[in-house]
Formats: sequence, structure tokens, C-alpha cells
Amino acid sequence: MSYLENLYKEIILEHAKRPRNQGRLDAPSHYQEGINPSCGDELELFLNVEDGVVREVAFVGEGCAISQSSASMMTEAIRGMTVAEVADLSAKFKDMIHGGEPDQALGDLQFLQGISKLHARVKCATLAWVTLGEALTSPLDTPESP
Amino acid sequence: MSGIDPTALRADFPILERTVNGKPLIYFDNAASSQKPRQVIEAMSDYYYRHHANVHRGAHTLAAEATDLYEQARIKVARFINAPDSRSLVFTRNTTEAINLFAHSWGRSNLGEGDEVVLTSSEHHANLVPWHLLAAERGVVIRAIGLGADQRLDVEAFDEVIGDRTRLVATWHMSNVLGAINPIRTIADKAHAVGALLLVDGAQAAPHLRVDVQDLGADVYTLSGHKMLGPTGAGALWVRAEILEAMPPFLGGGDMIRKVYVDHSSYAGIPMRFEAGTPNIAEAIGLGAAVDYLEAIGMDNILDHDQTLGRYALDRLRPLDGVTLYGPEGDDRGGIVPFNIDGVHPHDVATALDQEGIAVRSGHHCAQPLMRVLGTQATARASFYLYNSEEEVDRFVEAVVKTRDFFATFA
Repeated sequence: MSYLENLYKEIILEHAKRPRNQGRLDAPSHYQEGINPSCGDELELFLNVEDGVVREVAFVGEGCAISQSSASMMTEAIRGMTVAEVADLSAKFKDMIHGGEPDQALGDLQFLQGISKLHARVKCATLAWVTLGEALTSPLDTPESP
Repeated sequence: MSGIDPTALRADFPILERTVNGKPLIYFDNAASSQKPRQVIEAMSDYYYRHHANVHRGAHTLAAEATDLYEQARIKVARFINAPDSRSLVFTRNTTEAINLFAHSWGRSNLGEGDEVVLTSSEHHANLVPWHLLAAERGVVIRAIGLGADQRLDVEAFDEVIGDRTRLVATWHMSNVLGAINPIRTIADKAHAVGALLLVDGAQAAPHLRVDVQDLGADVYTLSGHKMLGPTGAGALWVRAEILEAMPPFLGGGDMIRKVYVDHSSYAGIPMRFEAGTPNIAEAIGLGAAVDYLEAIGMDNILDHDQTLGRYALDRLRPLDGVTLYGPEGDDRGGIVPFNIDGVHPHDVATALDQEGIAVRSGHHCAQPLMRVLGTQATARASFYLYNSEEEVDRFVEAVVKTRDFFATFA
């Protein structure tokens, strides 16, 4: 398997081509815009959190395969989780991307482990997760009308 | 073919001997920063080994040697752009600092509410944000020139946009994204016709073509040493002497003063007034050595070589399905090739090419407004310099095809 295939696993490219949970929520309880100013990757994350549980999650974004697939897989993983569970998963993901051993709890997100060796792309993989952390810890931003 | 033999030149650039991901390095990110020849590195190490002391102060031998080397470098860079004298050449860290210095000093003392600065939608952020800061502070109005259908600057539009409130026109000499070369003399005449000044961002042009600030009719010219074989931390701001003479200081401190009292001070003449504190001495000397190196090869030869490679790359990429190219066609273009592989983000393209040892830039190239004009979020960009060869372009094109095909598997 070439290095490229090892890095861009089929599942990553598949998520990048057909992102899950793409779109906007009408009345999110949490909203955050995320941006990597150095490369221009952008995403908007919408969450509906009720009784401490993520009931709905959606995003719109533009960017590389790594940033978009990471966002797509993240939205799949966190739906139905409590906010505490989201924080735990987020810590596990960031640890893996910064060179730690992947935790089984990460599921498909483990396929992004190869990015940990590409320092220039770590920010792509973590954009959605950093945005998620900001969304859950800050008061609701109002989405800009499209 | 140009008078340049890249194979022979490469011996001067130690970094080009290395491999990246097991492949010989192909360095096509020259528009971001060029590599450095031994001659530049050795000029700097020789300075540190034998001559270092602070400049413009001290009566001892080393202080005099360091000052001479630093001031010789100023003369070299001034001659390189055919400035009438070296007094009007200020060393800065880079083009960004040069434009900020000019905007801060000239802008704050000459521009007020309703005065207009004419920029373009294809500027580097370095020639946008300093003016945004000034606009917010002073009520200066920013007006912009767009691109024509051929992806050249819409020079005709200056006639509509420039008016009696225009105080400054500021634009690029060579676009860092499109590679286009602006007809600066024409733009200068249009600016001067209404009494406005012309600032030229020469960051991309100075490394690749012969600059003559007098022929161009520029009032201000800026360059970055690290893009023209010199070290990081050495750039230049040239301003027509009578304008520079009238400009107030930028930073205050040592080396820029005439007399200092506890509660007030008077300032040095040009260029010292704009070089507060100990400057980047070794870097300025390195830039001087870079200028020597470029002039020994000849700027016309360098432009010819870069353009030949640029045309060759475009000719090889144009027939490829799924590859989009940007920039104008013609002789008024340097060796910069922006491209996208359809359906693949340029960051992923750059990572794939890096696996083949090929360094290209990807992203918005510090030109977000231009990306919007081009209708894309980002592009990949290959940019050539004197040590690059057609064989490298061939390997690059093969790698582009391979990258396209790899990602197409999942389309």
C-alpha cells in the first residue's frame, strides 16, 4: 500500500466526498464558526443539545479532505452523546492526532491516525473538534443569515 | 532557451541535494521563499566569524567594518533597483514591514477623512491590511481595481476609479498568484496625472526581473530579500528621496535620532530616521550577496528562464483533463503556475505531491479577495526559479496526473 493510500484511507475520501450531517439546523442551541486562517478551511457547526445530550448536529464547510472527513465522522460519532462524553471523545481524538495511541472508542475516527505524522495537516484534522469545543463552551452565536 | 544552466547552478544550493520522502527534492515554492546559495550563507557566516559589531556606533575596528559591510549592502540593493541614491533605501524585515512603515509614516501624516487609496482585488494581504488599519483610524476611503476577463489587472478601470481625491495607488509588480506582470509605467502615469503617488509591491518581481524604479515611475518600491536568494529578515523600502525626507519616524529609539533630551528629541536624516535600534546586519549583508549573485547571472536571463519553465509547465498541464489553470497567457507573466485538480482540495494535492518530493504551495496565498474573484477557496501553486529545470517540471506533471488519478478513484 502506498503512503498516500495509507494516509487517505478509503473511508476518509468517502466521507470527504459525501459528508454526513451536512446542512444547517433552524434553531440550534449551540452554533460556532470555525476557521483555519492560515489555510482558509472553514466550517459552521450547529448543535441541538437537550438535557445535556447532543440530539442533533449538522455542519457546512469548505476545505480539504482531511478537515471535511474529520467533521463528517465527528458528527456521526457525537450524536446521542452527553456533553461529558463528547469532551472525553474529543480529548481522545486530539491525543491521537498529536501522536498518542488511538483509543478504541474513536471507532472510524481511528482511520485519521496517519495525519499525526503530517504536522502541516494536524490543524485540518482538528478544526471540527476545536470548533465543537468552542460551540459547547460559549454562549450561542447567531448564525449569519445566508 | 535562456542563458541559464540550472544543473550547474544547483551546485551553489546545498539544500537542493537533499531528498524528501525518499525522492530528490523538487522545490517549486519559490514565490513563497527561495532557497539560498552558498555565497549568501557564507557572506553571513563570514560576517559573524570575522566582522561582527554593532553598526553606526563605536570607534573600534569591528564597528567600522560592520558599518561598512552594512552600508555597502544598502548601496548594492539600491543599485539593483536603479534607485538614484542609496539614502532613500530603508532596510526592513520584508515587504510587509516596508508597506506598514510607509502606510504608518506617510499615510498618517498625509491622509485624512475622505482621501482615497486605490488598491486592487488581486493584492497580497500585505498591501491590503495596512491600508485597512489606516482607513479605520483616519476615515480614508479604499477603492479597488478588479481583474479583466483575461485575468490581467483591468488597467482601463483606473481611469474611472482614480479621481481628485486619490492620494495613493498601491499595487503589485508581479502577482504572487497569477504570475501576471503589471504595466507599472502606465499605472504610474495615471496616478501622477491626478497628483497621486504610486506604491509598487515588488515582492514577486524583484527576484525575477530587472527593476528600474526610475523607468517604472514608481514613488515607492518594496521587496523581500528571502524571495530573491537572500535570508529572511532583510527586505527594503525605497521611497523617492523628497517624499522620504518629509516622512516622520516609524519606530523611535537608538540610531534614528539627532539629539535626545529627557522630554523630547529630534530625528536623524534619511534613511537612518527609519531604522531604529540595531538592525538585521547579517541579513542585510546576506541580501547584498544575493544581489551580487543575481546580477552575475543577469536578471534578463533569470526572467527568460522562469518564463520558459512557466510556459513549458502550462503547455504540459493544459491538455490534462480535470486540471484547471489560472492566470493570463502571454509574455507579461512570470514563472508562477496556479492550478487546481477538479474535486481535490489543494491541500490534499500538496500533501500528495510532497510524497513525490515536490514542494508546492497550497491555500489562499494571502490573497483571499483574489480567491473570491477566481471563484475558488484556494489553489495549488508551482513557482519556478533559476535552479529549476524542465526535467523537474516533467516529474511534477507526472505527479499531478498520479494525484488526479488517485483521488478520482473515489469520485
